Amino acid sequence: MYNFNYKKASSRDDAVAAQSSADDGSYLAGGMTLIPTLKQRLAQPSDLIDLADVGDLAGISDDGGAITIGAMTTHATVAESEVVTSKIPALAALAGHIGDPQVRNRGTIGGSIANNDPAADYPAGCVGLNATIITNKRELPAEDFFTDLFETALEEGELVTAVSFPIPDKAAYAKFPNPASRYAIVGVMVAQTGGETRAAVTGASQSGVFRAADIEAALGSGLDAAAAKEVKVSADNLNADIHASAEYRAHLISIMASRAAAAAG
Amino acid sequence: MPTVSMTVNGKSVSAEVEPRTLLVQYLREHLGLTGTHVGCDTSQCGACVVHVDGESAKSCTMLAMQAEGSDVSTIEGLADGDTLHPMQEAFRENHGLQCGFCTPGMVMSAVDLVRTNADPSEQEVREWLEGNLCRCTGYHNIVKSILAGAKAMQG
Repeated sequence: MYNFNYKKASSRDDAVAAQSSADDGSYLAGGMTLIPTLKQRLAQPSDLIDLADVGDLAGISDDGGAITIGAMTTHATVAESEVVTSKIPALAALAGHIGDPQVRNRGTIGGSIANNDPAADYPAGCVGLNATIITNKRELPAEDFFTDLFETALEEGELVTAVSFPIPDKAAYAKFPNPASRYAIVGVMVAQTGGETRAAVTGASQSGVFRAADIEAALGSGLDAAAAKEVKVSADNLNADIHASAEYRAHLISIMASRAAAAAG
Repeated sequence: MPTVSMTVNGKSVSAEVEPRTLLVQYLREHLGLTGTHVGCDTSQCGACVVHVDGESAKSCTMLAMQAEGSDVSTIEGLADGDTLHPMQEAFRENHGLQCGFCTPGMVMSAVDLVRTNADPSEQEVREWLEGNLCRCTGYHNIVKSILAGAKAMQG
């Protein structure tokens, strides 16, 4: 690891000010991706600004029609939350299957989405459930937030503060995990919210999370699992690596969408 | 260099460290607590699991500075004098180790499981061990040990 300056921010303003005054400052949330990245010398920030003590960035609130989750809320907290398990069980289940228990104890929703790993679970959860990403500057729909592989709409120094999830009528997440890392080889969040059906896919595309239009059309308003299974997804622009070929991932998209739809029932 | 202060196994400790010092390096190299192991160093294997404010964490994927002000427990802090913690005793009774390298992390992870789930099923134990690897592949007796340890912890 290259050395860096370390600062524990005491508030959002303190964090943003520290980032802007640093040569190349990076926010540190749970560190479950950033620290391994630093250890491999794949990044060399001048300063790390730790958000752990910014108290109002963590927590879950029920706003009636939506659940808002603070950016520093850990996966374990989301998975165990009474509010989330009762109102959006699909999201609690998604959080409860990220990585392993130790990763879930420290990894956060804000850190995960800001990193936008193409195999992470939360991007599919956010896009599938039509979440709103809230930053210190603005609010934007999840679909506009995730722009490309490891790329988001975040501007330099912009801080994710919370994610707001409308409560769906029906939703379920199905993933085919890599047996070692538990990252999604393919994961699909199927949701129906206010008459709209969505199927958001992670793990598969070279451009990160996306909505599968042909799967959504097949699912229709009744979340037809059998119809989703019959969709032949194109392998164009899908990832191919030692874990799965593009054709296999294409096949898995239909299967995972179908399983999610059946579970959402 | 900044100063980091925390409580480790009930004792207040403090040292000047480079910000890039990992928690596991601090425990092993500064405090001499070598019971916490470094296996893979890439957050996969769980040999470095300790408790930070009561929750299990991989100390190879955490900076010492992140534990500032925290209450950290390592495998050395589990036993009460010469009396092993019930989970340690269960590992001994059930032959829950072969080479023993993964054992400190397994035990610390298991104690955290019982904190959140007092009476885990075998399936729940196996799922919980997702982040702990045993390269001797001695999982059968590790699972048996954890089930016995969980029962013993209930008294």
